Amino acid sequence: MVKIHERKFVSADPDKCVGCQNCEYICSWTKEKAFNPLKSRIRVVRINQLANMAVTCRRCEDPPCVAACPRDALTQSEETGTIMVDMDKCNGCGWCIEACDYGAIMLHPETKVVHVCDLCKDEGEPQCVKWCPEEALSVVTSDVLAQKARISAVKKLFQEAKKK
Amino acid sequence: MYGYAGRILYVDLNTGKTRVEKLSEDYAKKYIGGIGLGMRLWLDNSKAGVEPFSPENTLVLALGPISGTMFPTAGNGHAFVAKSPETFGIGEAVAHGTFGAEMKRAGYDAVILKGKSEKPVYLWIDDDSVQLVNASHLMGKSPSETEDSIKEDLGDYYIRVVAIGLAGEKLSRIACIINEKTRAAGRTGLGAVMGSKNLKAIAVRGTRDIVPAKPDEFMDMVKEFHERMKGPATQKYRTLGTPENVLVHNALHCMPTRNYNNAHFEGADKVSGEVLNERFVAKIIGCSSCAMRCEHEVVVPEGPYKGTMTRMEYETLWAMGPYCGIDRLDAIIKGMELANYYGMDAIGAGVIVGFAMDCYENGILSQKELGGIEANFGNSEALIQLLEKMGKREGIGDILAEGVRIAGKKIGEGAEKLAQHIKGLEVTGYDLRCLKTAALGFAVSFRGADHNRHGAYAFDVKGKVDRLKAEKGRGKMVRDMENLYALIDSFIVCKFSRGTYYKDMSDMAKLYSLVTGIEMTPEELKKSGERINTIARLINIREGLGRKDDTLPWKVMNMPIPDEGPVKGAVVTQKELDLLLDDYYESRGWTLEGVPTAEKLKEIGMDELLNIVEGKQEA
Repeated sequence: MVKIHERKFVSADPDKCVGCQNCEYICSWTKEKAFNPLKSRIRVVRINQLANMAVTCRRCEDPPCVAACPRDALTQSEETGTIMVDMDKCNGCGWCIEACDYGAIMLHPETKVVHVCDLCKDEGEPQCVKWCPEEALSVVTSDVLAQKARISAVKKLFQEAKKK
Repeated sequence: MYGYAGRILYVDLNTGKTRVEKLSEDYAKKYIGGIGLGMRLWLDNSKAGVEPFSPENTLVLALGPISGTMFPTAGNGHAFVAKSPETFGIGEAVAHGTFGAEMKRAGYDAVILKGKSEKPVYLWIDDDSVQLVNASHLMGKSPSETEDSIKEDLGDYYIRVVAIGLAGEKLSRIACIINEKTRAAGRTGLGAVMGSKNLKAIAVRGTRDIVPAKPDEFMDMVKEFHERMKGPATQKYRTLGTPENVLVHNALHCMPTRNYNNAHFEGADKVSGEVLNERFVAKIIGCSSCAMRCEHEVVVPEGPYKGTMTRMEYETLWAMGPYCGIDRLDAIIKGMELANYYGMDAIGAGVIVGFAMDCYENGILSQKELGGIEANFGNSEALIQLLEKMGKREGIGDILAEGVRIAGKKIGEGAEKLAQHIKGLEVTGYDLRCLKTAALGFAVSFRGADHNRHGAYAFDVKGKVDRLKAEKGRGKMVRDMENLYALIDSFIVCKFSRGTYYKDMSDMAKLYSLVTGIEMTPEELKKSGERINTIARLINIREGLGRKDDTLPWKVMNMPIPDEGPVKGAVVTQKELDLLLDDYYESRGWTLEGVPTAEKLKEIGMDELLNIVEGKQEA
């Protein structure tokens, strides 16, 4: 079984994200050969002009979407943490959507079953990360995220100390 | 059809009835989309001499064939077209953001709005379902508040909205149409045309797929342009942004200052792009599908305007700053926010305040007439107060909201000469006295005083020509730039990305072919650019405009630059203007009256419009 800190997911840096939606376009293009944000597994939120962020599946430990599904249509890959959807079992009831704190699992407008980021397993690497013009997206583990946060906090501390 | 939705939506605002018609491939290829297609559709759907605020003045919303794809900067634009209440000729304005892409996904290339609603409404386009919704609760709200309110009412955060503010409701001739809080179809007063129809906003949700005709080659081209956008061609917009121009123009003495009384601003260092970025820029954001991002969001960190947040560009900074003699960036930012709040073209609004200040300093407008405002140049509080009055049309603001030309006439006593405009549209931040290629471009621009119809200032500013000389050859230079810019606004590509089209016509022709599947050569595309400028000219001729209107602001021709320095004494004489106009008309194959000849119209496949020019070719 994979250790939790090795589990990878796509994370957006809100300082770098400019809300351009290229991730949405390349996602729907990769998965469906069409430009359509409704078919993207990553969505951009702009709260105001200063607050932009792309959001997608976090591959939670003990994922609430899997737990919520009454039809056992969702399973999590032990190896990668990917949420897998059994399209025959899913009836689009939306309990998983309600259970996800991030709005990262969504109903496909045509198939009417849920879809969710799989890190572009067929492409070898997530295309949103590859195409993001701002390099705001990256594939991380929770350990890497914690490291980044620690480093930036310490840097800031020293910069402020320098100013004084 | 690929790229194009292939459908045009007609909305009768009198009855609420709608219908959908096919877009003809002939129009698509000839007029491309955006302002080109929009102007052609406007011509077909209007009568000569229509009053701008009459229900008969059709308002056209048009998208480009690239809208809705992920082509960087080209996927997100939209254009409005109608008769302008400022110029009484063709009015058009383009904006970017996310609205254009959403509208394309709803399945339309254009929306044609006719008539006038009895009560305030907004248009709600939900794919094929189109309805007029009561907007009485939105009246008086800013475009930003209107957008938020509609999203809330309809219960979908991803609905996209364009809206007018109080200025549009009150038929201010400088009213604009705003989307996503800070992006405006700004010029020529089309917000007031929307207001005259009792149409507060257009909301859209589109769920269709967009697929280019040649997907693999298209994606290769996207990839190539993503790379180009990281390079030098877009660097200015990604770093300091257009406010970089403040110090550049000031050094060249080509920055109109204090309502064109000077060409150089002693306070430029305080309002430079450098200072703006260091002290105020909080974030640079991008439109949908953009791979360069340019939108400089500023926040005032302290002082009386603390917390003010808006987008800032050179033109609006210049209009509310140097043009009014104001050297306080926080007040300029507040002014910009007010323009967005009321829904006013911030260039026009700033130029009008500069004009009012000039009137005050010349004793034409008294403090009493200004409602107690001491409107000296440089008084930043006066800027804020006058903008408030214009937005609400209170007191003197009621006259100023008529645009600088009509305000000048109404105020009289010589105010006409202080009103710096072309065809009724307020000037922009290029001193035309010392930029003579630009002067020609501005004079012949079909929407009035504007840099965005030709970009001909670049030859002067970059030293490609002697900028103080009016000579033969400039006509052809302006013509070619006009053709290119008309295409840019028809595709609709963002002008800030123009440098990434290394071989402009061939790159654009390739993009068009890959998206639409309609074969397009650079030569044919060039012809389309010519055709789009010609359709605009034909509309203006039909509406009574001609050579007499291809002129320059009074001060440009009568008040030589007084500032000591490289261009002291520069002015454009009537003789120089005539030389430039003759050269330009000749390069276009038009008569000396500026009317396209029958041969020209036949050559570019516009024979069906010959009736417009009949009998008008000679003076």
